[in-house]
Amino acid sequence: MIRFESVTKRFANGTTAVDDLSVEFLEGGITVLVGSSGCGKTTTLRMINRLVDPTSGTVSLGGRDVRELPAAQLRRGIGYVIQQAGLFPHRTVLDNIATVPTLLGWGRRKARARAAELLEVVGLAAESGKRYPHQLSGGQQQRVGVARALAADPPVLLMDEPFGAVDPVVRTLLQDELIRLQAELHKTIVFVTHDIDEAVRLGDRIAVFRTGGHMVQFAPPAELLARPADDFVAGFLGAERGLKLLSLISLQNVPYEPIAAVKTTDTAAQARAEATGRWLLAVSPDGKPAGWLDVDALDGSDAIGQAALTPVRGLTDSDSLLSALNETVSSPTGMAVRVDAAGVLVGASRDDVVHAHQRSLA
Amino acid sequence: MIIEWGWLTTHTDDLLALTLDHLATAVPAVLLGLLIALPLAVVAHRVRPLRGLLLGISNIMFTVPSLALFVLLLPITGLTRTTAIAGLTVYTLVVLLRNTVEGLDSVPAKVREASLAMGTGRLGTLLKVEFPLALPVIMAGVRVASVMTISLVSVASYIGYGGIGQLFTDGFQRSFPTPVLAGVVLTLLLALAADAVLVLVQWLCTPWMRKGARA
Repeated sequence: MIRFESVTKRFANGTTAVDDLSVEFLEGGITVLVGSSGCGKTTTLRMINRLVDPTSGTVSLGGRDVRELPAAQLRRGIGYVIQQAGLFPHRTVLDNIATVPTLLGWGRRKARARAAELLEVVGLAAESGKRYPHQLSGGQQQRVGVARALAADPPVLLMDEPFGAVDPVVRTLLQDELIRLQAELHKTIVFVTHDIDEAVRLGDRIAVFRTGGHMVQFAPPAELLARPADDFVAGFLGAERGLKLLSLISLQNVPYEPIAAVKTTDTAAQARAEATGRWLLAVSPDGKPAGWLDVDALDGSDAIGQAALTPVRGLTDSDSLLSALNETVSSPTGMAVRVDAAGVLVGASRDDVVHAHQRSLA
Repeated sequence: MIIEWGWLTTHTDDLLALTLDHLATAVPAVLLGLLIALPLAVVAHRVRPLRGLLLGISNIMFTVPSLALFVLLLPITGLTRTTAIAGLTVYTLVVLLRNTVEGLDSVPAKVREASLAMGTGRLGTLLKVEFPLALPVIMAGVRVASVMTISLVSVASYIGYGGIGQLFTDGFQRSFPTPVLAGVVLTLLLALAADAVLVLVQWLCTPWMRKGARA
């Protein structure tokens, strides 16, 4: 889809930003370009929409050299999202989003209608459309940035550290939103970041760049984490490389067994009768895990819902092996509690089962 | 007091005519200055090596005494309003050029880049993004240039297009202070009025500046 053939970029001051890059990015997937600053990842991205032209080599998009089209026309077909959104401060949110449709000559009404539609897609309230960018929070501005890039429904989306300027909580939220959007839209996305966790979270493929514009490794996240090409990549992936790898593995193939549980509406006597040890899982009346009950600490015969429960997190099949390990360590019974998609208790995995599964992957 | 109020009441028509005449010189001078400064500022903004040169030239022109400038222009444009306008235009450039360059500098690079990356051309980006965002700084320059020009018009009395300034020569020649004082007050009022109009224009042109920070 996006193809670099022996692409080199040297700047006028003599620095080589990108050195003989040949690579092809997946159609309909997220390719993350990662590396420390000055490694050429942003230059690589900007050569796709010709904000930068290569010194030598060819960049092609859908089989066509990007230089075949006039730059402006090419760019209208490529969504672009940058850090701090780069929104036009003098235009309303709606007009910001309508930028490319307007340039494409859709007419004001149609462009505005499309913009309003996109507000909803990126999870913004309709009334925020009439505001100006400075009236929104950083996270909201970033959503507008994404909406603006999607406005003309381009097949390709370039994102240059789009979530770099927001706090970690909002960043995670925006990453989730991007994953959700991508599941619906299947865009070809090239995403630049210096945050390896973000790369592992979002990437279908990750390209690791080293200073001087060399691409050192290009691989799916699991392969990258399991088999880094060299010490540089291993160092960049960080000390918790193994844990990051576990975060990529789902619980789908990790077995679980039935577990005894009491309802929070049951009485202490019922709990004592059910208990085989000190700890017993309590579920709410609709079957969702409520917490671990300390049977020894129970007194009287009131409903146990009033007792203090140690918090529990029910894991679905799509949760990661890392979260299961975390649960086995943090729960008083060494059990990772499993739930179905609706959050209803289905069983639990013992710590030795989780460990065995993890060892089977190595 | 030395003011003869009677003179004022019998000369209201003259005062009005002189005020309009004053504006007929000042307004075209500022507009022409803007017309010259905008493209020059774009060049100065984009071509770094030319920036110092252009700003330097406009500074040097500003130091030429106004009377000398009119004399220098006389052989070319003669005793016409054009001479007065041309001379005053030269003085507006120093403020307008510098402020427009600074205004363009103040446009965030990310915003300019986003505009280009969306597929807006360079001219489109200049007209639809850069100038609107530079407007507050440009307008600050226009306000200074306008007030300055309104006060400078009087100097053109020497060539007969001084507007309100004619009152000064008149009063001085007859040792009659009333028209001089009337001229000073009128110039002041005109400058204040022009400034108020420009503030209003800017307010109307920049709706995004009127909205407070995020709710």
